[in-house]
Amino acid sequence: MTAVAESQAPAQASPGSGSQVKRPSRFPIYLAVGFVALLWTIPSLGLLINSFREPSSIRGSGWWTVFGEVFNSATWTIQNYTEVLEGGFANAFANSLAVTIPAVVIPITVAAFAAYAFAWMDFPGRNLIFVIVVGLLVVPLQMALIPILRIYSNFDLVGTFPAIWLAHAGFGLPLAIYLLRNYMGSLPSSLIESAKIDGADHFTIFTRLVVPLSVPVLASFAIFQFLWVWNDFLVALVFLGYDPANRVLTVELSDLAGRGEGSLNLLPAAAFVTMILPLIVFFSLQRFFVRGLTAGSVKG
Amino acid sequence: MTTPLIDQEEAVAATTAVVAEEGARDHSLQVWVLRILSALVVPAVLVLFFFAFGFLKQPDLNKFVQVGVAVVVGVLGVWALYWGMDRLVSAMPARAGAGVRPFVFAGPAMVLLGFYLVYPAINTFVLSFADDAGESFVGLANYQRIFTESTYLISIRNSLAWVILVPLAAVAIGLGFATLADKLPRRPEAAAKSLIFLPLAISFVGASVVWAFIYRWRGEGFGEQIGIMNAIVVAFGGDPVNWLTIPLWNNLFLMVILIWLQTGFAMVILSSAIKSVPEELLEASRIDGANEWQVFRGIVIPSISSTIVVVWTTILITTWKVFDIVYVMTGGREGTSVVAQQMVTEFFTFNNDGMGASLAVILFIAVVPILVINVRRFREQEATR
Repeated sequence: MTAVAESQAPAQASPGSGSQVKRPSRFPIYLAVGFVALLWTIPSLGLLINSFREPSSIRGSGWWTVFGEVFNSATWTIQNYTEVLEGGFANAFANSLAVTIPAVVIPITVAAFAAYAFAWMDFPGRNLIFVIVVGLLVVPLQMALIPILRIYSNFDLVGTFPAIWLAHAGFGLPLAIYLLRNYMGSLPSSLIESAKIDGADHFTIFTRLVVPLSVPVLASFAIFQFLWVWNDFLVALVFLGYDPANRVLTVELSDLAGRGEGSLNLLPAAAFVTMILPLIVFFSLQRFFVRGLTAGSVKG
Repeated sequence: MTTPLIDQEEAVAATTAVVAEEGARDHSLQVWVLRILSALVVPAVLVLFFFAFGFLKQPDLNKFVQVGVAVVVGVLGVWALYWGMDRLVSAMPARAGAGVRPFVFAGPAMVLLGFYLVYPAINTFVLSFADDAGESFVGLANYQRIFTESTYLISIRNSLAWVILVPLAAVAIGLGFATLADKLPRRPEAAAKSLIFLPLAISFVGASVVWAFIYRWRGEGFGEQIGIMNAIVVAFGGDPVNWLTIPLWNNLFLMVILIWLQTGFAMVILSSAIKSVPEELLEASRIDGANEWQVFRGIVIPSISSTIVVVWTTILITTWKVFDIVYVMTGGREGTSVVAQQMVTEFFTFNNDGMGASLAVILFIAVVPILVINVRRFREQEATR
């Protein structure tokens, strides 16, 4: 709306009005915005270009030297990608999926039921417990790691997928409950009341009315939790460990980065393998993505 | 929804409401026992299912079978459990049922939160007074070491520098960019914003690899510089610099990575705040003769100040907990350690549980003011609902 109003304003300016404000030329703004955008893009662009170069040229010269030989087919290769995938990253990709999908799905269900109770049911301790949930939002994850690792070690659960699913579910719950409860609580109470009068019990109201109405916020949380778990390094490192069979992408990548000069040609391709899925989500679901990040920005 | 209400139905609804209220206030022993039991059922079944079945622990079992089972159980199974519990509660006398039902809904989440966050947090406090094996009580010895030994003092110093500089830079650049981009036509604005925002999709580990290439250094005589910063330095006739080993400055180079990641977040949120400043207000001030800078200082900044505070604290908390970047780039060597990374190094690499717990407590205590502010703000919002 404002853009339309702005672009029409100069056309409507009549010579005698005098109240029209002279707008500065947009050129310097383009220049400044373009410069910062370029600065922000160069790091990933350089890495992307490098990932398709011959291993010897990655080692031998900077990525910017390709601009002289862009159309020379000898410049480009996908060898780094095939090598990276065969060297453990295909397995790590599968592990990342295996960790992420359940770690997103489980907390959503559990949190949705809890959020409904906090929004629409009366029970002793309701306000106090919810205040605790709000407080838990900012508690650093580091506070939880040592005791849980000790328990997991005692029961021999370190390195198992269910252990990390439940841990991620637990860590994601405060945010999920907080978001969902605020959303569900803002639904009109007349809606809930009239459903009650029509004889619906809480379970029916929840499944038939509240959950379908809450799909946008469920999607936002799902995207946030997906990104968080996919990009997580700390929880995976601590609970799945360095065992090559179990490594997720971030752990595999950090291991590769630590191998030094010998793996230099593989790093750019490896980094892109870890980024590809979040980037697809980013480009295809940008609106939900923004909302998920905004909503989830407070998470510990 | 527009069905005319019959008195009888209203009466039924009123009775239900009374029963629900009485049920919620029921503090008899048997109702409390049922409440606690109903909270425990779902987590207990989940844990039993995931852990008691040996096959899910088999490392060579096809991962996708595991994931499939987990998703089916995690969604359908959990829903079925909640439904079954709800049916059981419905079979109870109305009043007791009304008292127990909220715990069927909220209980499982409370149990998971208790196990994965509340209990560990308390236990971490206790462990912070223990020795490295986490067994015997050493009083404040860990804290004393943190505030006297240079290893830990350096981490604290660096962490403080991070939380001052990173939010400042990310918010300043994000705000400046959002303001300028706002003056462009819609399409260029959206494109430019996407480019700034894109790094947010990248993991901290991935970002570290990206920037490791930028900072790459080769001693003279060891070949061409492939890091762009050193290539520029050399092109201007300088000597290549090993950026990540220059004392103090190396911290700054690591911070740049997080600034690169977080600016997009600040920019997106501030941009939508800027767009919600009423256009008439801006026009009025321009007509009064204010230039663009004065409009920005006098109208835009005051209108979005609360958003700036929220974005600032959010980035501040993220920065305070930063671990991956330092761990991957330098491992905390060369005077670059920060508290969150030192904490992991202590308990995970060195198995010093007591010291790790103390550092975690320090991380926690520092966010308590923000926690209190959040809770207070939440209460105010609730009061005005």
